[in-house]
Amino acid sequence: MGILTEFPEMGRADLRDFKKGIDEAFRLFTREYGESIENFFFPLLKFLGWFERLIVATPWPLMILILSGLVWAGSRSWGLVFGTIFTLLVVGYLGMWEDTMFTLALISVATMLCIIIGIPLGILMSKSDRTQSVITPILDIMQTIPSFVYLIPILMLLGIGKVPGLIAVCIYAIPPVVRLTNLGIRLVDKDVLEAADAFGASPRQKLWTVQMPLALPNIFAGVNQTIMMALAMVVVAALIGVHGLGQEVLKAVNNQYLALGMMNGLAIVAIAIVFDRVSQKFGKRLQKHSEVIHG
Amino acid sequence: MASQGIEVRNLYKIFGPRGKDYVEAVRGGMSKTELNEKHGHVLGLNDINISMPAGQIQVVMGLSGSGKSTLIRHINRLIEPTSGEVLYEDTDVCKMSDSELLEFRRNKTAMVFQKFALLPHRTVLKNTTYGLELQGVAEAEATERAKRWIDRVGLDGFEDHYPNQLSGGMQQRVGLARALTNDADILLMDEAFSALDPLIRTDMQAVLLDIQQELQKTVVFITHDLDEALRLGDRIAILRDGAVIQQGTGQEIVLNPADEYISDFVKEVNRGRVIKVDTIMKPEKVIADAVTIPSGSMLEEAAKKLTNASAMSANVVDSSNAVIGTITIHDTIEAMVTPATH
Repeated sequence: MGILTEFPEMGRADLRDFKKGIDEAFRLFTREYGESIENFFFPLLKFLGWFERLIVATPWPLMILILSGLVWAGSRSWGLVFGTIFTLLVVGYLGMWEDTMFTLALISVATMLCIIIGIPLGILMSKSDRTQSVITPILDIMQTIPSFVYLIPILMLLGIGKVPGLIAVCIYAIPPVVRLTNLGIRLVDKDVLEAADAFGASPRQKLWTVQMPLALPNIFAGVNQTIMMALAMVVVAALIGVHGLGQEVLKAVNNQYLALGMMNGLAIVAIAIVFDRVSQKFGKRLQKHSEVIHG
Repeated sequence: MASQGIEVRNLYKIFGPRGKDYVEAVRGGMSKTELNEKHGHVLGLNDINISMPAGQIQVVMGLSGSGKSTLIRHINRLIEPTSGEVLYEDTDVCKMSDSELLEFRRNKTAMVFQKFALLPHRTVLKNTTYGLELQGVAEAEATERAKRWIDRVGLDGFEDHYPNQLSGGMQQRVGLARALTNDADILLMDEAFSALDPLIRTDMQAVLLDIQQELQKTVVFITHDLDEALRLGDRIAILRDGAVIQQGTGQEIVLNPADEYISDFVKEVNRGRVIKVDTIMKPEKVIADAVTIPSGSMLEEAAKKLTNASAMSANVVDSSNAVIGTITIHDTIEAMVTPATH
């Protein structure tokens, strides 16, 4: 009868050895390859460091000017430009300028990294059903596994610092851009593809003249989601030593500083809103050909 | 170089994973239904043999499911044949390598689609230059060549519009301009005008005939509309269940329908616009002071001339104005109103 009330577990000792075995193996792996992996990511560290210093060292009026310029270039909306300027002024006045710049640097670099890796991966996925069936479950895992779980191996391999933080952010944030690139390309009208074939387009020509341009609105929706998810990871990244607004939030949680927590949290929200509105407006502008429709 | 004819020989297409295994069975007489019920494969094309004339319009006509769209896609191999040959300039399209096929599609063929299939993110001009862009023609030259055809199909001033700003008829003009700009020998038109309103369709047919008179390309035109087939086709092939059941000139088909199915079709046709006076004229002696009708005129025109002149009969003359026969109003009207039966 015991079998029905007690789950037939693996023996305690076996289970312990099993876990220990995995841990030992990974530790061995870390000792063996930790340094070369760290070296591999060194250029990324240098780039992120340089970018952070650049943004923080830029005088704030110039920074506001540059950011407003970017917002205008992306959205062509004066409302958004003024909103951005106002937000930045408030954030700076409340003493969060430097932290905001650190966070901005992290998000920008993480988004660039996600785009550089994610779009080619999405294209690859769209080319073959087999690749899609391999990559899709991996993306599912990346999106659902609690982020603290993959922090463990990252910490073991790379220790505390900016690069592990960046990697953690990218693992969480990259799936949307991959998925939507794949989806966007797969949704391209079959008739239009057939026409490209009939006129003698090579696979590469088809990709660049038909599939990518027509998938662009979807790809851009993916980039937008990626940015939002990267912002959501700011506090987690702070846990492993990334500077910025996230670290202040952590400090506030540890010491029960309500005002500090709220202010930094809202600063993250403000950046998110600006990023979201600008990238959405930009995505819409990419579809200007579908705006005017013959009545 | 002038356009060459296209030879389609013993072409079979069987849809399904093991199509090749059933070619022999179909050759031995297995029907489309039997193939589908017993083996789960669909017979697309069944032993097609058509000699498409050089520099003329070959119409392939059939109802939906007859395999006509499948057939036209074999000419530029958008669909792989199961067995058979498609010969152009003595080369079998079905045996071309990938790169040869790409070159063939770029330089020898151009296609117009039923649903237009324009690139929605490109302007009219950029759609029209698409084929040249794929060939690697410089932009300035491509634009110049495209402009000429945009003007010719009557879209002057719309170069910078996007396709969905245009009506269906105008979109298909873009489709036609895109195909013509390629300057390919073969023009493939897959139900190109079927999605258009009747008036616009007639208009586009006139545009095509006008352009064809100048260019004399080898045109393959797919349609389900017999009137369209008779108006455009120098030669017509009628498809049913993937097989050709009759081919010939429009007049041959209207006068001698091969079976019940076709005579049902041709019954509704305005015979006055299909049958030539040469078919009914009698080689009798010249009638003095009578109306003259040029050889090759349709019965309808002849009837109009006779009634306008209040004459009972007329002389049919050849291009050098020599009389080659005579017709009477009675014979003309009789031929126009009596459908041929099988």
